[in-house]
Amino acid sequence: MTSIPAGRFIRFTLLSLGALMILAPYIFMISTAGKTQSDIFTSSLSLMPEHFYFAENFAKALNKVPMATLLWNGVVVCGLIFFFQVLVAIPCAYAMAKLKFRAARLMMVLVMLGLLVPIHATALPLYVAFDRMSLLNSYTSLVAPFTISVFAIFMFLQFFRAMPDDLIHAARLDGMSELGIVARVIVPNAWPAVTAFAIFSVVAHWNDLYWPLIVVSKQAYATPPLGLMYFRAAEAGDDYGALMAATLIITLPLVVAFLFAQKRFVEGITMTGLKG
Amino acid sequence: MSSVAVAGNVPSAAAFHRRSEDRIAWLLAAPAIVLLLLFVLLPVVAVIFLGFTDFELGYGKFRLVGLENYAHLLTDRTFRRSLWNTSVYTAIVAPVSIVLGLGVALLIEGEPRARGFFRTVYFLPVASLIVAMATVWQYLFHPTIGPLNALLSLAGIPGPNWLGASNTVLYSLSIIGVWQSVGFNMVLFLAGLTAIPRELYAAAHVDGAKSALDRFFLVTWPMLGPTTLFVVTISITNAVKVFETVKMLTDGGPNKASEVLLFTIYQEGFVYLRVGYASAMTVVFLAILVVLMFLQYRVLDRRVHYT
Repeated sequence: MTSIPAGRFIRFTLLSLGALMILAPYIFMISTAGKTQSDIFTSSLSLMPEHFYFAENFAKALNKVPMATLLWNGVVVCGLIFFFQVLVAIPCAYAMAKLKFRAARLMMVLVMLGLLVPIHATALPLYVAFDRMSLLNSYTSLVAPFTISVFAIFMFLQFFRAMPDDLIHAARLDGMSELGIVARVIVPNAWPAVTAFAIFSVVAHWNDLYWPLIVVSKQAYATPPLGLMYFRAAEAGDDYGALMAATLIITLPLVVAFLFAQKRFVEGITMTGLKG
Repeated sequence: MSSVAVAGNVPSAAAFHRRSEDRIAWLLAAPAIVLLLLFVLLPVVAVIFLGFTDFELGYGKFRLVGLENYAHLLTDRTFRRSLWNTSVYTAIVAPVSIVLGLGVALLIEGEPRARGFFRTVYFLPVASLIVAMATVWQYLFHPTIGPLNALLSLAGIPGPNWLGASNTVLYSLSIIGVWQSVGFNMVLFLAGLTAIPRELYAAAHVDGAKSALDRFFLVTWPMLGPTTLFVVTISITNAVKVFETVKMLTDGGPNKASEVLLFTIYQEGFVYLRVGYASAMTVVFLAILVVLMFLQYRVLDRRVHYT
């Protein structure tokens, strides 16, 4: 209650300084994407490009990187992963939460164990197996290991437990089968949990480099992070203008999605985060 | 409970229903169980087994070598370097990003107007492709044409060769790590803060906690306990799993100065194809995760006893 103006001023200044540091990479990314090679070498601190070179840099990036393929692969892989995760997790979580399921406790142990094991720990045997089955460089190898998300099971389980039993009893009295209940009662009511999980899943897999790096060695199946890595390796040297242009194009989709669905994003992260 | 119901000689309708419900539950859970076995349990068992072999990809045969891989790990300088570097990175990134995350959350919580704007800004790195942002950082860190050193030279300070020198590379990577995770921690802390009942602050005020600092230690900090514990665990595990920036920017170099656990495993297993040896490393990695999880439960347990 004392000295409000000074307190607010300090708080606002601190927040602004921090925000500036967070934003600095984005600012330089955008400015450098519009600079010519000589601009980059001589005036790294001026944010306004001397000659507007955006078109050229973007053209170069789009020429060298099959951007459409990369983005398409990213969408297909993330989409498939999310689809299967939800398809597998929802019935399982429903069975554990709402049915008299004798193995529910065992399942819970499995889920807790699964939460502990990241892809990095299972990658070696999976890689050997996919190699033996000649499945490297395919959507199958990119998607399959992630079709099971214990995290999704865990999250939906929490959510379903909080759902009133009456809803399900009423549906049973109406003569609905259990599968029908899942599809027509549970899923529509689980929408907040599904969106929250969608954000978690897409952010995680859109960003993942480890697994794609292992199973993909061909441009045709490269996901956005992998494609950017190829581009950087091929265009090594200091063509930062084109590199920043490529970076910008690849970062943009998820950032735009975030800016539009900000509230959902934050909800999604806190919901998935805090229940983890 | 179910045994009581089934105890009667004639199976009642309820028991019949129960058994059919159990069967349906099995069916609904079946895909998850099968995939869990296939993609989690079996690979973990396989990785533990492979750790005792000299399996190499490309060779048909392999033999059991007992603890040889583990004995080798003890003297492997790259691996020890890698463990050390991972610890240093974690020891920097986790605490700094937690403290900054909490600080930003507290500041934003008290900010009446620009709150939404700041939250968006700080959260932006979480929604950005880290591989892409890593290349931007590489440019910022560039020793000769990078803006960071240009800024330093304006102040008359000779800038370091951030990612290119073995004595600074780990700190440079840590800066990127902190930049990336502050917003994530902030969002978690913000959620924790909004869950604290306002009356507690009023009560603390009445009780004589006049300064903001008093109120923080009397109300905010204890009430944030569960959130903090969660943020600590997730920050540490995320830092231990650092890979993207290393692979993208330094390839473990210069001179293995930024060699980290997952990168070493990746090199051994997927570049040199020494699957057996890399599996032993993976088991160590898993053991670290198990210990972290165990510590979290221990702390959680104690907390429950106190309250």
